[in-house]
Amino acid sequence: MIPISYYLILSAIVFLTGVVGVLIRRNIIAILLSVELMLNATNINFVAFSDHLQDLGGQVFVFFALTVAAAEVAVGLAIIIALHRSRSTINVEEFNLLKW
Amino acid sequence: MSQLFFGYFAGMIVITSILVVALKNPVYSALSLLVMFFHVAGLFITLHAEFLAAVQIIVYAGAILVLYLFVVMILNVTQDDRYHSQWRIAGVVCIPLFIESLLLLSGGAGAVNTGSRSLQSGPDGAIATDNTLAIGKTLYSTYLFPFEVASLVLLVAMIGAIVLAKKDIGQRET
Repeated sequence: MIPISYYLILSAIVFLTGVVGVLIRRNIIAILLSVELMLNATNINFVAFSDHLQDLGGQVFVFFALTVAAAEVAVGLAIIIALHRSRSTINVEEFNLLKW
Repeated sequence: MSQLFFGYFAGMIVITSILVVALKNPVYSALSLLVMFFHVAGLFITLHAEFLAAVQIIVYAGAILVLYLFVVMILNVTQDDRYHSQWRIAGVVCIPLFIESLLLLSGGAGAVNTGSRSLQSGPDGAIATDNTLAIGKTLYSTYLFPFEVASLVLLVAMIGAIVLAKKDIGQRET
């Protein structure tokens, strides 16, 4: 059988890839895709521990994480569309409304 | 055999997740994220979470990614060839963590192995028998209140998305 540390390392690598994507991409859609990567990394962790501990709570929480991810995508893409309508760009360097 | 499946799924997940970050075109990023979602679903099946594998494909690949592709097509995204200037911060944050995970992979993998005997035993398992039935029973008994709160979250997200994407929110009408 696969030891659980392999799953943890896999999800850590995917999560780090998401963090790198959030930090280095300029396209705001790519940043949201990187956030999806991080959410999937936590889902892998939840399911691996659910199988390891024989407890269904982890899978139920993946279900809730899916719900929150769907809500986040809907609101995030609506914000992107509103931003694109007002600024006509999706480069994050151009958005300085809340910068000080 | 399970090592083979895990190696395939893990390798494909890592490669496609790196491609999501590395590719310039957002459409290609979204498509490689689609491949990653399918492989995560396969990994869920090897972890005896068949219901979540199906939900992963339906919700992530079917709904969320299509929404992303819609927005990419609507906005007519121009290519950006450069990465953000924060890539040094990204390197400082992530390279030590990556080295640490490699150390864990080389050294600590055998030590954690001892606790995993419950995987193959499957004692009268809630997980082993019928995954969907067990998740449904758990979801509607123990986690009933979070389930209702999740429906409220979805309602608020729907109203928020409609309000945000309405025409008269922006400064300029086009």
